[in-house]
Amino acid sequence: MTIPEQIPDGEEALGALAERMRAAVAFNAAFVGIYSGGAWLAQRLAAMIPGEHPLGYIDVSYYRDDYSRVGLKGGAKRTELPFDVEGANIVLVDDVLYTGRSVRAAVNELFDFGRPARIELAVLVDRGGRELPVEPTYFGVRLAVAHALSVVVSRDGDRLRIAAEKGPV
Amino acid sequence: MRNPQLNANGELTHLLTLEGLPADVVRQILDAADPFVPIAEREVKKVPLLRGKAVFNLFFENSTRTRTTFEIAAKRLSADVINLNIGASSTSKGETLLDTVDNLVAMDADIFVVRHAQSGAPHMIAAHLNAHSRSHVHVINAGDGRHAHPTQGLLDLYTIRHYKKDFHNLTVAIVGDVLHSRVARSLIHGLTTLGTPEVRVIGPKTLLPAAVEAMGVRVFHDMRKGLAGCDAVVMLRLQSERMKGALLPSAGEFFKNYGLTLEKLACAKPDVIVMHPGPMNRGVEIDSAVADGARSVILPQVTFGIAVRMAVMSIIAGNR
Repeated sequence: MTIPEQIPDGEEALGALAERMRAAVAFNAAFVGIYSGGAWLAQRLAAMIPGEHPLGYIDVSYYRDDYSRVGLKGGAKRTELPFDVEGANIVLVDDVLYTGRSVRAAVNELFDFGRPARIELAVLVDRGGRELPVEPTYFGVRLAVAHALSVVVSRDGDRLRIAAEKGPV
Repeated sequence: MRNPQLNANGELTHLLTLEGLPADVVRQILDAADPFVPIAEREVKKVPLLRGKAVFNLFFENSTRTRTTFEIAAKRLSADVINLNIGASSTSKGETLLDTVDNLVAMDADIFVVRHAQSGAPHMIAAHLNAHSRSHVHVINAGDGRHAHPTQGLLDLYTIRHYKKDFHNLTVAIVGDVLHSRVARSLIHGLTTLGTPEVRVIGPKTLLPAAVEAMGVRVFHDMRKGLAGCDAVVMLRLQSERMKGALLPSAGEFFKNYGLTLEKLACAKPDVIVMHPGPMNRGVEIDSAVADGARSVILPQVTFGIAVRMAVMSIIAGNR
């Protein structure tokens, strides 16, 4: 079990993610943040990347695959997609990509609003450990982190902070 | 003794009554209902939460409205819904209530939505399931006798919170046939649990339960005085089918004294909201000018009721 010696700076990782997106994201792509970690990130990216990017937020509580084990633990928020999903270019945004289960749930939920033209995935941290065939289209940083550690992205004022902590993922 | 609605961790596994339900559980349900409201606006008006679960509507007493809202709520959660018209089947052939329940459990029921003319019937079913290690099967009380109608109480609470944000400064009046009303009982318990400082009941002596003050309400027989300063007014249906003996001179007399008109409503606060659990008797307990007027939130109540029932089902079905 190792904590990576170099935990990258959050703002640098965000800059790297934006750089990769800038070259490739559709001018009119909607940025949809997955609650809770992806919501603020989607706002930051929309301000950094040229184009007309409608913002949306998605809460995957009703689409998760562990309801029968853990139930509905509350704290669900309203999914808000204030643009027409039918035919839209969408970039799903999340802070940490790990098993891929949240992304699976988010993709399923999007399709209940319409048939998007394309869905891409942007994540600040790709920490490996996938349990589903999900890969990011754009990433800020890739980290090899032991299974027992969780990667936590937090807001320190108006700056992003990345940390690896012991405890439940 | 443990609250039969809660498991050992204090989580909701059945919904039988709002009486004695902890405030944080009530708030959990109201909070959980909120994100379900806009699901009605989606292209696909469903979420997959209860996929593969079976909801049995066990209605021993007729109610098209309530049964339909439970059915819609269950279907929006992707559950399978089975409606049983019990009056026309097993019980009339002599089967006991608990035998009916055991048979339906053997058909892999996950949730029973129970309406019964006898107070306590849903409680008896829940206690039976708990005692026979079938706590994975859940019971929701959809109205039992004069006792309780907790999902109606919850949707009333949700509606009040939606328009008034907080309960801590509110005066709420419940008007009319409180004696026969399980809706009134559930709402009174819910309002007091959430800290509403003043809950009033307004009606003739013959239609108020004895010692109703013991529930923590103020009693008014003069409607204008009772409505003074109210933030929310909940009108009850005059349940003429439950009236035994001469509790009332006539429906016309009742309307004169306790029917909600614009003139009487002017005694309440200007931003008062008017609620009614339905079905309404226009011209008996409420005037059309009020029911269809600017202060009425009677139709939003129906919409919120579906979200609240979705919240109750998703919470209890996820708890063992």
